[in-house]
Amino acid sequence: MTRHIVARTTDIPPGGNKVVTLDGRDIVVFHVNGEFFALLNRCPHAGAPLDKAACVARLTSPEPGVYQRSRIGELLRCAWHGWEFDMRNGQSWFDPKRVKVRTYPVVIEDGETLAKGPYVAETFPVHVENSYVIVET
Amino acid sequence: MAATRIDCDIHPAVGGTRTTLLPYLDDHWKEQVVSRAIDDLDLTSYPPHMPLSGRPDWRPKNGKSGKPGSDLAMVQRGAFDQLGASHAICNVLYGAQAVYDPYMAAAFCKAINDWIATEWLSRDRRLRASIVIPLQAADLAIEEIERRAGDNRFVSVLVLAQGENLLGRRHYWPVWQAAEKHQLPVAIHAGSQYRYAPSSVGWPSYRYEYYLAEAQAFQAQLLSLIYEGVFLKFPKLKVVLMESGVTWLPAFMWRANKTWRGVRVEVPWVDREPASIMRDHIRLTMQPFDAPPDAASVAEIIDMIGSDRMFLFSSDYPHWQFDGDDPIPPNLPPNIVSRMCADNPLETFPRLSLAA
Amino acid sequence: MSEVIDRPASGEDAAARSRLKIIDCDIHPSLHSKADLNPFLPKRWQEHLKTFGDHLRTPYIGTTPYPRSSPLIARRDAWPPTGGPPGSDLDFMRRQHLDPLDIEFGILQVLDMFIFSQQNLEFGAAIQRAVNEWQLAHWTSREPRLKAAILVGQDDAAGAVAEIERCAKTGQYLQVNVSPRANEPLGRRRYWPIYACAQELGLPLGIHVGGYGGHAPTAGGWPSYYAEEHQSNAHSMAATLTSLVLEGVPERFPRLKIVFIEGGFGWISSTMWRMDQHFERFRAEVQHLTRRPSEYVRQHFWFTTQPIDEPDEARHLRSLIEWVGVDRLLFSSDYPHWDFDDPRFAFRTPLSELERTKIFNSNARALYKL
Repeated sequence: MTRHIVARTTDIPPGGNKVVTLDGRDIVVFHVNGEFFALLNRCPHAGAPLDKAACVARLTSPEPGVYQRSRIGELLRCAWHGWEFDMRNGQSWFDPKRVKVRTYPVVIEDGETLAKGPYVAETFPVHVENSYVIVET
Repeated sequence: MAATRIDCDIHPAVGGTRTTLLPYLDDHWKEQVVSRAIDDLDLTSYPPHMPLSGRPDWRPKNGKSGKPGSDLAMVQRGAFDQLGASHAICNVLYGAQAVYDPYMAAAFCKAINDWIATEWLSRDRRLRASIVIPLQAADLAIEEIERRAGDNRFVSVLVLAQGENLLGRRHYWPVWQAAEKHQLPVAIHAGSQYRYAPSSVGWPSYRYEYYLAEAQAFQAQLLSLIYEGVFLKFPKLKVVLMESGVTWLPAFMWRANKTWRGVRVEVPWVDREPASIMRDHIRLTMQPFDAPPDAASVAEIIDMIGSDRMFLFSSDYPHWQFDGDDPIPPNLPPNIVSRMCADNPLETFPRLSLAA
Repeated sequence: MSEVIDRPASGEDAAARSRLKIIDCDIHPSLHSKADLNPFLPKRWQEHLKTFGDHLRTPYIGTTPYPRSSPLIARRDAWPPTGGPPGSDLDFMRRQHLDPLDIEFGILQVLDMFIFSQQNLEFGAAIQRAVNEWQLAHWTSREPRLKAAILVGQDDAAGAVAEIERCAKTGQYLQVNVSPRANEPLGRRRYWPIYACAQELGLPLGIHVGGYGGHAPTAGGWPSYYAEEHQSNAHSMAATLTSLVLEGVPERFPRLKIVFIEGGFGWISSTMWRMDQHFERFRAEVQHLTRRPSEYVRQHFWFTTQPIDEPDEARHLRSLIEWVGVDRLLFSSDYPHWDFDDPRFAFRTPLSELERTKIFNSNARALYKL
């Protein structure tokens, strides 16, 4: 694991992001609610730059006309086709009840047995030390 | 009698309001119908003399007049003896749904349902029927459903593919609630009330053109039902597409999935892919099928659809969809054929299994 | 690091291998503002544009009652840094789209100003002329890779023919465009003078989705959601195809080449099968047809590929392509809209070198005589 200092915490305002190149890869670092998340700046669906994605709430609904918002700003709606990704783990989120999708490759996480959406955006561990943002690749 | 081959779509024909239906109208409507000569509700969708409306050997002959499907004995010979059904579901397309007056529509729908029960279902125990309902007024439609709910010979609710509003819209929900409660699938049948142009590009010149556009009308209804959340609200509800064509289904499923993935935030109550919802809640009768020319492509279409539960045997009698005695579209994989004749219809129309 | 499931990179490798230059049959340039048209408008219409403005069969002046899923229907990364809406800056279009994707030619489809749907036909005629001139002045004269189309309001056939003839004289346009959501289905007689003219001039007829024709997007009424309305575009194209075929447009104008733009192609094969299935039963109604409907489709129609279908299995996409026929397909990106297809990634199924060349280049090259 290589640690890269990518920015001061003050460089990235809340709701904003910064794109850096590490080991030849573009990585986007988001600041949401005091936390920092880093992802490969390329949507796994068709390659769109995630730094231009809309940062939105996680939106669920128990019935028509009712809108439940949570985790404000932590979901990305991709700049191109609008697919939603969870900043924390890169998981695509268009299948919130985790119903198994037929014939897609399945990612089984540790201890979890439910299949998630078919695409996962690559994420990197991020730490804040002495008001610097550190990304590990 | 064992249910081996259930024809999910046949069309007994109403001769006329002033003739066939008159005995089933109350005194007020009898007088209206007679004194104002209110009659002739054959839909523009199906002019009786056009080839599709009746295969030549299914039209009354030898001095007998009448529309194809108007004579019980002929229908019995055709659907049962000739085409091999053990049971058949009657879907009456006489256009009571298309008048604007909601009370007239309700009275005529009731008359159609009374007529089919008395003169068809009671005369042949192999027959079942869809309840014709007046969607002009949701409460009147529910009344008609409740009126028939205790008669197990009514196995579904009938609406037309092109009505006054898309079927997923909120103000129809109480009707679907009643249907779900009584285990009645909603049968959407080809046909138009001509409230809108039959396609988004305007009014077709030809009946041929109109008929082709029906496929898109059904697709729009499916999108409405799915995106409005009808299957979330009524998880036991099934919807049957009748005389819709089948082979448009795979590409339609994929486009719906693709759109939903990007626009999900608009309809967050749609909690899984539209195609997945369709496989659980939508069924289709198999005539017409609109087949590709070769067997391999037929198998490919079935594989693309991804379910063997969606297909329902039908002849569409007396509509002219095929020649000969076999309503089953050619080149279907054997597992599809075996499920579509009885298993799928029994699963889709639970009331078929009730004592009638 | 989490495990990454990514889309197959084979598309990118294949393009790099073959260094294929791409003809993009659907690019949308934008006005910075309506005032951009003033240099091409007589004073009267400059005034009209400012005051009365558009008159369209839709409830809002400035927007759609079916809000799109992103601002101006665009990719969020397509807003030029110099300001202006997506598609309005040629330099940015070059940097973001034409250069990196090796676009040899891009065919412009102007959607601004709803040329095809203006109720005031005189105003519409003035606007269409202005837009047609703007294409040359701002785009094709500055960038040889970009090609212009003659946009005409089809519901004024005489005016449309005049504009086609005017533009064709310049030799600077390679297509005539009309809208599928017109007052009547496009096969109807009232539109035939346009087809006769296009055929005479050897120009393909382009039909791009969209328009406010005044009809509900579905036969059963008005949907509630953009999700429904977006998919209704494919339905409009199917209905347009049947109208053109059944009315005998290819029968009567056999040298006219017709291009369907931004409808995708997944729906075409089942539409052909359905037309053929019911042909015998309805043949007496359309006695002017001398061939089966699908034959007309295979000989007179082309279809741009975006939005490409995304079946679960690659072989199913392959089947869709084979059923409609590789020769019918023209690659399109729909840049800068959100549901755009990137030529490197959109085709998630193996294609032979020849198929790839046809879809991404040689079909369009032959059709548009590039």
